[in-house]
Amino acid sequence: MVDASSATDGGERDDAGASDDEPAVPAVDLPGDAFDAVLDALADRDPGEPLRFEGFSVARGDEGGYVLADSDRSTRLGEGELHEALSERAPAVTDWYAFERVVGEFGPRRAFVRWIEDADGETVATRYAALAEGIERAWGELKITATVTDRGERRYDVRHADDAGVAVDELEVHDDPLDARDLVTYDEKGRYRPLKTAPSLAGGWAFPDLGPRDLYETVETVYPATVANWHREREGELDVNHWRETMERQSGIYGVVKTWDRGEGHEHVDWVAEACCDDSQCLKRREWEYDDETDLDVDGGDGVFPCREPCSVVVSAARKWTRLESEQERTYEFELTPSEKEQVEDIVDAVADGRVDEIREADTKEGANRYRTRFLRAKRFDDEGNLGGVPTESDDE
Amino acid sequence: MQSLVIVAHGSHLNPESSAPTYDHADTIRAAGAFDEVRTGFWKEEPHFREVLRTVEGDEVYVVPLFVSEGYFTEQVIPRELRLDGWDVSEWGSDGLSADQATLVAEDIDREVHYCGPVGTHRAMTDVIVRRAESVTDDPDVGEGFGLAVVGHGTERNENSAKAIEYHADRIAERDRFDEVQALYMDEEPEVDDLPDHFESDDVVLVPLFIADGYHTQEDIPEDVGLCEDHTEGYDVPTEVDGTRIWYAGAVGTEPLMADVVLERAADAGADLGAALDDVRETTRVATGD
Repeated sequence: MVDASSATDGGERDDAGASDDEPAVPAVDLPGDAFDAVLDALADRDPGEPLRFEGFSVARGDEGGYVLADSDRSTRLGEGELHEALSERAPAVTDWYAFERVVGEFGPRRAFVRWIEDADGETVATRYAALAEGIERAWGELKITATVTDRGERRYDVRHADDAGVAVDELEVHDDPLDARDLVTYDEKGRYRPLKTAPSLAGGWAFPDLGPRDLYETVETVYPATVANWHREREGELDVNHWRETMERQSGIYGVVKTWDRGEGHEHVDWVAEACCDDSQCLKRREWEYDDETDLDVDGGDGVFPCREPCSVVVSAARKWTRLESEQERTYEFELTPSEKEQVEDIVDAVADGRVDEIREADTKEGANRYRTRFLRAKRFDDEGNLGGVPTESDDE
Repeated sequence: MQSLVIVAHGSHLNPESSAPTYDHADTIRAAGAFDEVRTGFWKEEPHFREVLRTVEGDEVYVVPLFVSEGYFTEQVIPRELRLDGWDVSEWGSDGLSADQATLVAEDIDREVHYCGPVGTHRAMTDVIVRRAESVTDDPDVGEGFGLAVVGHGTERNENSAKAIEYHADRIAERDRFDEVQALYMDEEPEVDDLPDHFESDDVVLVPLFIADGYHTQEDIPEDVGLCEDHTEGYDVPTEVDGTRIWYAGAVGTEPLMADVVLERAADAGADLGAALDDVRETTRVATGD
């Protein structure tokens, strides 16, 4: 539990039958706007048509008043008595109000906010007890903590997972979801992030007290369209576009990419996926394959949210590779010591794994150390920058 | 529920590319005419392919933040948004007159109003003039000044030059500036020779680009001679061959651009209430005049 500012600490129970070994359900007051929303919803219904809450329903009576029904009995009530009855059942009523009136119908938002507290799997009592303690969810590098107020309102703390446990007053505090646009533009070294789902989100900030709609907007600003695609996947409606069809669709300067597929297998696409789509590079779980009959040999990753087609970063890189990969291989001869060969491998690994900045200046045990690399260049490059003095193009070209 | 979707190019390399899109979206959000304002990009996220599935409304207006009709507005955006049955003839345009087409976006199985680009709208003329006011910090700029509107030539897109000429002609008809010229990067009359095309001692140079980036920050300043190398920066104004050039940077960064986005949506049937007046007023304050 990171931020207890908006949650009650339990201790009190409602009388919905919680036994001693279950977590405490917090005391919840019925807010006037929730009660008014119930009356409005009933006014929109015909007499006898029930408005359902967990464990009971309410309908307008045929001759005025209201009828509250649970599994045992029906009770006729005036408006004042209805208010009293609903106040006694405030967790269920505020739960209805939170999802039906605050979160609303929009599929991705509703599914996401319900998923946070497992609203489709757990009872109101269980969820309110868990919310009182704080329910934590991970979404990419985000950590979301859901709580409930003593009026049954959901509040959410959103921050970088690395900032779990950091006091809010030590973080840069935001309340406007659109502020997240600035938080996601640069990584912690100040470099532009062209791919929002790259695992390079900088921390040091928090949205400590969001409502459900702003929670959704914040998450969708940090990781655009991820909730929408996750929702489609859960509904069994994710529209995956595989590599082949995506490249076939390209035009203009990207039209060339389709020529990279030569009907000779998909090893080149395996390399693309390994280069760009690995969990170390992108938090989306790759669901696209070479085509709908041919899977790639590379794992798609473990992300919560799916990747439904090669993204624009992949298409742009593939355009470059299409040109580079049209070159013929040739044999070059270089003289290297065994350590120098390993050093070249170390340098490639360090760049590929983004470790260059981690290698300490004086750590000459590291092959990709700057002094080691400068030494290799001084020794093995000629004045034109040719490795081993071997020209890239031979004299007769 | 009425939704606005602003679609723009964006960049893998330059964070400034999407900045005007976000700024204008914020201005329009504040005006309150739309229940939601979303942004989608070719090179950023959400991508054109996925932006519509983030849209909740049932009346959806898509406005391309592009300067002219061409490859992006006619091919890329309709294809990536999956506008069923799109054909460029839906716009019935002469290269300048695209207004809107109402088509079902297969991605969401709902109709969207696909609008023409902001750059060819008549209201864009006012933005160019406003840009000149902003860069000179003079709401009455005109007398004693020339105005150059610059863009790509026809080499990249035949409609690019049409948009430049259209606005240059409209500004000239107002008799506000002593002279108005359309100049190009790829063809005659070239922006490189700007002082040769003007008699005025002061010339405001407004590039018809959506965002600041390579062309407006590096290419044009160097070509015009505002600086030897763009990394040195330049003053506004800078004197080149006896002409004081007031270089405005990309017109698309001007706050009044939000007005053109709204005009596009209004032309397509959006109910804007008082938003147009509000945006004209707030962007006026933002420019300090």
